Order: sequence, then C-alpha cells, then structure tokens
Amino acid sequence: MSSTFDTIANIIAETCDIPRDSIKPESHAINDLGIDSLDFLDIAFAIDKAFGIKLPLEQWTQEVNDGKATTDQYFVLKNLSARIDELVAAKGA
Amino acid sequence: MRLEYFQLIDRIVDLNLADRRISSEATVPTTSKIFEGHFPGYPLMPGVLLIETMAQTGGWLVVAVNRFKRMPFLAAVKEVKLRTFVTPGQHLSIDAHLEHDGSGYAIVEAKIRSERKLICDATLTLRVFDFPNAEMAKQMRETAALIGLTVEAPADG
Repeated sequence: MSSTFDTIANIIAETCDIPRDSIKPESHAINDLGIDSLDFLDIAFAIDKAFGIKLPLEQWTQEVNDGKATTDQYFVLKNLSARIDELVAAKGA
Repeated sequence: MRLEYFQLIDRIVDLNLADRRISSEATVPTTSKIFEGHFPGYPLMPGVLLIETMAQTGGWLVVAVNRFKRMPFLAAVKEVKLRTFVTPGQHLSIDAHLEHDGSGYAIVEAKIRSERKLICDATLTLRVFDFPNAEMAKQMRETAALIGLTVEAPADG
C-alpha cells in the first residue's frame, strides 16, 4: 500500500506533467514545483477522490492571507500529507 | 437565448438537489448579429457559446446547491466534444451533474442534446466564491426567478 506522500506525488506528476523523481517530501507545491492555483484545483480534485475527503482549501487560503499560517504548513508535500492523514482519520472517527 | 447578452438558458425544467442534477432548455434564436460573422451565408451556433450554455446550466446548479450564497465562475473546460453543428431555431436540452463539490471549486459534467441526439459534452471546473457584491447577488436571484429556478434562499442572504 503506497504512502500518502506517494499518492500525492503520483497525482502531481500525472496532473502537472512533472517528473515523478523531482517531487520530494520537502518540495513546496507552489514555490518549488511551480504549480499554480488552477492546476492545484485539479490536484485537489484528485486528492479528494483518492482519499474520500474534502481538502479545506478555502480555510487554508484564509489562514495564510490572515497571517495565521504559512504556505509551508499546507503546501510542502510532507505537511500536506500530514494534513490529509488528519482529514482521513477525522473522517473515520 | 439572447446570444449577445450571454443569456443562454431559457428555462430550468428540473432541479434535483439530492442527486445534484439540473436540466434546462433553450432555443437558438433564428436571428442574431453573431450569425452575421459565424458564418456569413452559413449561420452556426458558435461552439464557445455551447460551452457557455453548459457552464451556465452547471453554474445554476452550483448556485442552487449553495442556496444563492455563492457564485460560480468558469475556470477550466476539459474533455469537451462538439459533436455536431447547431443551427438557428434549434431547440436544446441541457443536463448537468455536480460531480464534485470541492472547497472553493466544483466539477460539473454537462451535456447538450437536441431531439435526443447528443450535441456536445464537457467537464467543467468552476471556481466558487462569495458573491462579489450585493447587486450581483440580487441580479442573479432575479434572473433565476425569470428562468424558473426556485430554491429557497437563506433569510440572511
């Protein structure tokens, strides 16, 4: 069974035509991989489907805009993986 | 349809919020300035307006699902197929299904048929925002009433 990170990395590679081996847990989706907001919607859709969750993108964006969070917390892939794991766990609770 | 005003839906004929489906109807006008250029001597409904017709139908579904609290804007068009020509006077039936209601976006599958024949279909991504201003929200509610979209709006909205 693949890890959450592997699933995300495969989605990003396929959705954005980015070489899979260049996608690392430390990669920032926006700053390092150059994924824009529209492409990230495709990724979010694929993640929502793959994990049966609803990524709270609007909440995250608001937190970043309000200075309550950094983009690193949500868009560095190892952190995104952790957020997804939390959402999956909350769904099953 | 009033093509020049982007009023592409004549009426909503069915709305099923439980199944997240909507159906609308529209009749292509017999005359329009647009047909003078598209094409001279051979008038055809432009494909981009067929896409817009699907987007508006799906958009009304998203508006209804959000009880007139939020507004969808077309962001991406995928897997679009324009299967046959559409000519002035043709009657269109449009169906849309909300495939996914994401956070700040929606994915809609839409089809247009004419006399049961599939005309075109597409997968549309809509960004969903709060209404940018009260005037737009008011206009949307008025237009919804005109085309027969009836969903109880929140009292505070």
